[in-house]
Amino acid sequence: MAPASEEAYSARRPLSLRLALRHPRILRHVPAITLLVMLGPTAAGVVGTLLPAFGYLPALGGYAVSLEPWRALFATPGLGSSVRLSVSAGFVTTFLSLALVALIVAASQGTRMFALVQRALSPLLSVPHAAAAFGLAFLIAPSGWIARALSPWATGWETPPDVVILNDPAGLAMMAGLIVKEVPFLLLMTMAALGQIDARRSRQVALSLGYGPVVGWLKGVFPRVYPQIRLPVYAVLAYSMSVVDVAIILAPTTPPPLAVLLVRWLNDPDLALRFQASAGAVLQLLLVAGAIGIWRLGEIVVARLGRRWIEGGSRGRRDRAARGLAGLLAGACFLSVALGLVGLVVWSFAGLWSYPDTLPDNWTLRTWMRQADSLLAPVITTVTVGVAATGIALLLGLGCLENEVRFGQRPTTKSLWLLYLPLITPQIGFLFGLQTFLTAIDVDRSWGAVVLAHLVFVLPYVFLALADPYRTWDRRYAITAQCLGAGPDRVFWTVRLPMLLIPVLTAAAIGFAVSVGQYLPTLLIGAGRFATVTTEAVALASGGDRRVIGVYALLQMALPFLGFALAVGLPALLFRRRKGMTHAP
Amino acid sequence: MPRLARVFAALLPLLFTVTSTLRASEPDPRDWNAVLEAARSQTVYWHAWGGEPRINDYIAWAGREVERRYGVTVEHVKLSDTAEAVSRVLGEKAAGRHHGGSVDMIWINGENFAAMKRNGLLFGPWVESLPNWRYVDVTDKPTVLSDFTVPTDGLEAPWGMAQIVFFYDTARMTDPPRSMRALLEWARANPGRFAYPQPPDFHGSTFLKQALNELVEDPAILANPAEEAGFDRATAPLWTFIEELKPLLWRGGRVYPQNSAKLRTLLADGEIDIAFSFNPSEASNAIANFELPETVRSFVFEGGTIGNTNFVAIPYNASAKAGAMVLADFLLSPEAQARKQDPEVWGGFTVLDLDALGAEDRARFDALDLGVATLSPDELGPMLPEPHPSWMTRIEETWQARYGAGQ
Repeated sequence: MAPASEEAYSARRPLSLRLALRHPRILRHVPAITLLVMLGPTAAGVVGTLLPAFGYLPALGGYAVSLEPWRALFATPGLGSSVRLSVSAGFVTTFLSLALVALIVAASQGTRMFALVQRALSPLLSVPHAAAAFGLAFLIAPSGWIARALSPWATGWETPPDVVILNDPAGLAMMAGLIVKEVPFLLLMTMAALGQIDARRSRQVALSLGYGPVVGWLKGVFPRVYPQIRLPVYAVLAYSMSVVDVAIILAPTTPPPLAVLLVRWLNDPDLALRFQASAGAVLQLLLVAGAIGIWRLGEIVVARLGRRWIEGGSRGRRDRAARGLAGLLAGACFLSVALGLVGLVVWSFAGLWSYPDTLPDNWTLRTWMRQADSLLAPVITTVTVGVAATGIALLLGLGCLENEVRFGQRPTTKSLWLLYLPLITPQIGFLFGLQTFLTAIDVDRSWGAVVLAHLVFVLPYVFLALADPYRTWDRRYAITAQCLGAGPDRVFWTVRLPMLLIPVLTAAAIGFAVSVGQYLPTLLIGAGRFATVTTEAVALASGGDRRVIGVYALLQMALPFLGFALAVGLPALLFRRRKGMTHAP
Repeated sequence: MPRLARVFAALLPLLFTVTSTLRASEPDPRDWNAVLEAARSQTVYWHAWGGEPRINDYIAWAGREVERRYGVTVEHVKLSDTAEAVSRVLGEKAAGRHHGGSVDMIWINGENFAAMKRNGLLFGPWVESLPNWRYVDVTDKPTVLSDFTVPTDGLEAPWGMAQIVFFYDTARMTDPPRSMRALLEWARANPGRFAYPQPPDFHGSTFLKQALNELVEDPAILANPAEEAGFDRATAPLWTFIEELKPLLWRGGRVYPQNSAKLRTLLADGEIDIAFSFNPSEASNAIANFELPETVRSFVFEGGTIGNTNFVAIPYNASAKAGAMVLADFLLSPEAQARKQDPEVWGGFTVLDLDALGAEDRARFDALDLGVATLSPDELGPMLPEPHPSWMTRIEETWQARYGAGQ
């Protein structure tokens, strides 16, 4: 420790002097390292996208800055419809998911249903988006499982009806596919936040004042929960607007949403389309930023109206219908993912399975046996990369938060927004730029580079899942421990970390799940040399055989599921004699 | 965050500059012994579409054989779209990695090849120096030398033949239509039971080209660039046809399947009655795979169907050029080609001239049973050439503006 900086610390923050002296300087640098790890790649990628968007890409002979890519972009037939589709998918998905989550939690908190919902979460979260979409598609298609179960005896359909259900022009199927996956994510975030605001007692107070459970929760708890889940809500908004895999399966195609259009251009053999694809990626980024801005304005309006509603004092005691509806919708979400997945599992063991047979003609293990030899290597790569990325993310996340606690630095809103950059930047646009950058400094296609690329996406989610529980943790525990003579390290290891074990493990499980799901970063940064369960799944899915898709969907789900199971099981095991801890915030 | 800014500012100039990588000596394809020598202990990263387990298995087999015989290790990089590999090479060129690239070989043809050739992203010429080149059928299979009318110039080695084949379920229909006009009549009688993948998907665009070939006044003009031949006049009958077909399509033409795999799934699900593919063995394969019922059979149009060749190419900056050439040569060997044509293994048609083979190699091919739903080479009928690539580009653009952008 250099004396100069020691003095600087003591001058600014005399109270933290002791801590600063005792702790390696490294902790102070963790926030900077974290930002560099997250923003460096994103910024490099964005620059690599911005330059071609304005005509600069020397490898393709683009040396001059021009607005030509933008002219080409806006001359694309149907661009308006694509943009409209992306924007409406974003708002509808986010609004309905949030409303559903609020309703489910409001109706179930303090009841047996709450525990049920909580238990159903991990498996739901483990299902990859694309697998859930495939499953849903097989469930609701005109030749799908539901139609097969009812045909022809009830419907009279000897051949499937020629009606548009999937890929419908309004994008409803895509929104449904997104909602069933975003609801579990927001539920998890909400449940993590509930502990922080002592929701249980708020609810009891509301009930004793004569409020119905649903209205009481919406009036007394939701206004305090929302600020804690605001950023995850924005992440849902950004994700729904720029999703590619779910859209390819469920979204309309004439025209497709903007993100799908961009992927198509980037994959077009006509390399000149890259310029307009880059311009499109910038447009996508602006759209996401604009949508978040509009959502923020909406928040203000809702808060105004909500305040009036709360002050009105209506008790809403007759909310049985609302509670029934919540149960129904939660069940529908769960069932559509679960049944879709069961459908894929059945497919993975199916021989010939034609319409309108409810189950396959014959069963076979062949699909599994054929894949068995080639499964081990991708699983190992997936686990090692995922564990490394999650481990680093946890280390950095905890380091940042501990830094905050010890040195009292609160992150500004600005830095939180920076944190979100990797989540709101459309992957396809910025990854191409990042790949160019990493290739230029010759560190691509290494295991470390793949971990780094995963880290960019894992870290924000881990940080998000950690931050609120960490910040709202009751500091009086730490003060008590310090009064008993514990130093900051000891407080961290013996009080804070054990009490926060559940959120820490949950964050790790989320991070691992995010890592398992990465397709483009793995492929682009790893130069295709790191085959994971997901890269194999996507490559095989392009062959369209539901049997193979079923095998990989199960595998893709099994790994994150193990992570979530550990996150739930480990604390239960560790705290089996300390019941209070299992509910610790 | 000034520190961050400084670090980033320091790294930024690297973005588009050339890193110096040791220049590996380029192998000379004409000195085959030197190529074999250089190839030993190289690892070839072969970027190839990975959507079909049986093709993946064949590639794995080829890798094992090449490793055993020549000491070349093969890693199959499974792509969901070949353009990903093209992107990769382009990205490396943008970043200045002109040597030691990540992609050693690509399974490629058509537009992807044309784009790589045009942008100078390919190594070569090397193909005609391969020992097994002498078996390639350059007279009866002219597409082994011209990929979508673009001369291959020795930059890509032929690997397999493809031809459009339609298939249908004999349990559901009899006497399938055998021309575009007959197809339209059939669709009128059976609305909603036919679909083609959405262009610019490869198969969707090929369907349009097939229709153009049948409907255009003089098919000979399709060999010339679209501009010179008068695109609008030549394609007018095509658009009339597509316009008439559209309301009779599956979902009334409001939704299109994404690719031929989806087309096959729709046939299996009973949503449509006719599907098509570029692989003449597709129906037999799908039956063996339980994907289609045993009653499915193939057919082609009376006037012939569009066919082409698929190839393997080596990027200009590949790290293991010698290894890639050795692999490409093995893929061309009668042994590997016969195994590839075996429907139990893959069912991909050979590029070789069977008359040029020795008796033993010839016997490998004669022994093959092509499968119940595969047409014999005679039944496959005449193979129509691909039009000049400019037609495809213009047709895709026009289709996109008319039908792909919503009304």
